Amino acid sequence: MEAESKDKIVSIEKPELIAPPDWKPVIMGILCNWCSYAGSDLTGTSRTQYPPNIRIIRVPCSSRVDPWFIIKALQTTADGVLISGCHPGDCHYISGNYYARRRFLVTKELLKMVGFHGHRVQFSWVSAAEGAKFAQVVKKVTDDVVKLGPLHLYKKENFNR
Amino acid sequence: MARVGVFVCFCGANIADFVDVPTVVEEAKKIRDVKFAIDYKYMCSDPGQQMIRDAIVQHRLTSIVVAACSPRMHEKTFRKALSDAGMNPYLLECANIREHSSWVHQKDKKGATDKAGDLVRMAVAKSIANEQLHEISVPVTKRALVIGGGIAGIQAALDIADARIPVTLVERSPSIGGRMSQLDETFPTLDCSQCILTPKMVDVASHPYIELIPYSEVIELDGYVGNYKAKIRKKASYVNFKTCTGCGACSQKCPVKVPNEYNMGIDKRKAIYTPFPQAVPNKPVIDAEHCTYLLKGKCGICAKVCEKGSIDYKMVDEVIEREIGAVVVATGYDLWDATPYEEYGVGRYKDIINSLEFERMVSANGPTGGVPVRPSDGKVPKTVVFIKCVGSRDKAKGIEFCSKICCMYTAKHAILLHHKVHDSRAYIFYMDIRAAGKGYEEFVNRAQVETGAVYLRGRVSKIYQKGDKLMVRGEDGQLGQEVEVEADLVVLATAVIPDKGNPALARLLGISYDKYGYLSEAHPKLRPVETAKAGIFLAGCTQAPKDIPETVAQASACAAKVCGLFAGDTIKKDPMVSTVSKEFCSGCQNCVKVCPYQAIVTEDIPLGHGAKEMRTVAKINEGVCQGCGSCVAICRSMAINLAGFTDPQIINEIVAI
Repeated sequence: MEAESKDKIVSIEKPELIAPPDWKPVIMGILCNWCSYAGSDLTGTSRTQYPPNIRIIRVPCSSRVDPWFIIKALQTTADGVLISGCHPGDCHYISGNYYARRRFLVTKELLKMVGFHGHRVQFSWVSAAEGAKFAQVVKKVTDDVVKLGPLHLYKKENFNR
Repeated sequence: MARVGVFVCFCGANIADFVDVPTVVEEAKKIRDVKFAIDYKYMCSDPGQQMIRDAIVQHRLTSIVVAACSPRMHEKTFRKALSDAGMNPYLLECANIREHSSWVHQKDKKGATDKAGDLVRMAVAKSIANEQLHEISVPVTKRALVIGGGIAGIQAALDIADARIPVTLVERSPSIGGRMSQLDETFPTLDCSQCILTPKMVDVASHPYIELIPYSEVIELDGYVGNYKAKIRKKASYVNFKTCTGCGACSQKCPVKVPNEYNMGIDKRKAIYTPFPQAVPNKPVIDAEHCTYLLKGKCGICAKVCEKGSIDYKMVDEVIEREIGAVVVATGYDLWDATPYEEYGVGRYKDIINSLEFERMVSANGPTGGVPVRPSDGKVPKTVVFIKCVGSRDKAKGIEFCSKICCMYTAKHAILLHHKVHDSRAYIFYMDIRAAGKGYEEFVNRAQVETGAVYLRGRVSKIYQKGDKLMVRGEDGQLGQEVEVEADLVVLATAVIPDKGNPALARLLGISYDKYGYLSEAHPKLRPVETAKAGIFLAGCTQAPKDIPETVAQASACAAKVCGLFAGDTIKKDPMVSTVSKEFCSGCQNCVKVCPYQAIVTEDIPLGHGAKEMRTVAKINEGVCQGCGSCVAICRSMAINLAGFTDPQIINEIVAI
């Protein structure tokens, strides 16, 4: 989230792609087991509703997320990626989320340099108690990605594939 | 060739009402490696598990996907079903179609069904890359470390020691006893706190299985569950405890006077002191910050009067090492400093005190001999105003939680005030009366009826001085009007906050804490005494505000957990740990730097087969590794993988849809 304010690299992707009417975005959510995954479970137990576009992958810690995963997701089916971990200071593994944060900022800058819009990859802190916040985060990411349009059209236009 | 079995659960109506389960099964059957797919009403029930067991045998399945609730809920249940059927339990994958689909997309059945199908596809893809894993067993050192010698630490230590397990009890101050030793009488029965606590303190000191190390702090903890190594710094007491008889001559003659912590600074103690007469161990220590001899090299009176020659000014801090298997953290609480309440004039008016100060004054062994007095002029107060929720439940002051014990101890204070000063009257400003507990509600009623304490529901807006009185202006919410009470003394029930050292201690132990500094339990309901780090347990107010019965119950629960952990000679550990492929490791040692547990060390191996030259590679201690995966993501040679969450497994999931 912090990355938005420090926007040094302007991405070339413009939200002008016209999506086919039956298009539904796919968001790949990679959540840490102890906070965000538990938080997303709480969203379920408290029956808070959110758009059904996110596909959730469980990892032990946000520091397990290799930039490769993000790139692979965008390369294949995902229109957007959400990484979520514990709040700073709350990491189950003491300091993992700090590594994740640093690694993610660099990855995001890299993706923007390639031309992706910054909203395609987002990072959030969701604790095990923040079920409602998880729903909000998913809504926001989904809305952002819907505005940007299908990633495969963008790839087709700009990379000819 | 993988043979995957998919089992989709209805979860009664929980899933079936919002996800079209038969469609999910049909979709699953279309996946290449799926050889068997079926649905059932309750997969976690015995017949459901039997279906899984039967299918494993009948269809020679190589991995299993259960599409049901969250893996955090029933992963263990289904793993057990797999091992009952003779299959490695880690060949199971859970697709979370309840918490992540049916419950959160209740208005979009198609969307929820599509998503459930995708989640199943992802789980199937991951399960194909699953490997057989085996639980790791590690040896246990059967000794417990208890940090903090308040009632929580005392109870935990005694219970563990009674099971004939050696305990090392570390206490920061010169005596055990903690906050409870400062209390006068305890609610709801008005037992004298000292009378019920001091026998336990003596038991600790004399117990053959308890090693009491007072005036010391834990400075380092290495290792992992069952195999911790603790370093304890024993502060120099400058008194040889072996020869000291505790006669007290030194304290009597010491000329230096220092505010007495035990009495909340109401009176003075000496620079060589025993915190209170019933202290355990009942031996004095020299406060190095205030002792004239230690500061300036002059005085030495205590050494002169000590007949046994026990004073040793040259004593230095000592570091003691202990090998232990489990830790109980019981560091207790503190009272919040109410200075931010400027409207009350906290800090400006001497006659505003906090409840622990009041507690010390009404205590029979307190600085005023059991009679409350006004700090300003020493007069006995006739009208005392008690204000509850000072800090607690006040978002504006940064504390949202309820401190839990204030309602009860304020009722107790009203009764004690009535006992000590018969013609006095207590006015109590409160927000709510929370008296849930055995005999608690009756106790609050007793305070109201027996002592005539006036309970005013409302907040205090201002306190100001008028002559030698304090005017307390507040509202009486029940009458709906402003009231003003002319008070001799104001007692604030300030918020209960954790010990200030908690964040530092948490970092040292490698456990987490919340924004207030309370140490976090592993699960708020089902694992309230464990921390997220195996083998470290929490007792008492270090986890959340608690009264004495709850603290004692939690301490005993910790003891039960420790005894359970030590029941066998080895303990089982999850096999989700990192492993290094030495052939790929380039020896950059980035993983060593990122590992939060110091689980990675380096080793030298021959450069090639039979070569004499050596090269350095990483080596992971699987006993220490907690399986976070930091090292996997940092490894540039892709030489490390985390069992259960390998790169192929996650990439399979990503590309599955």
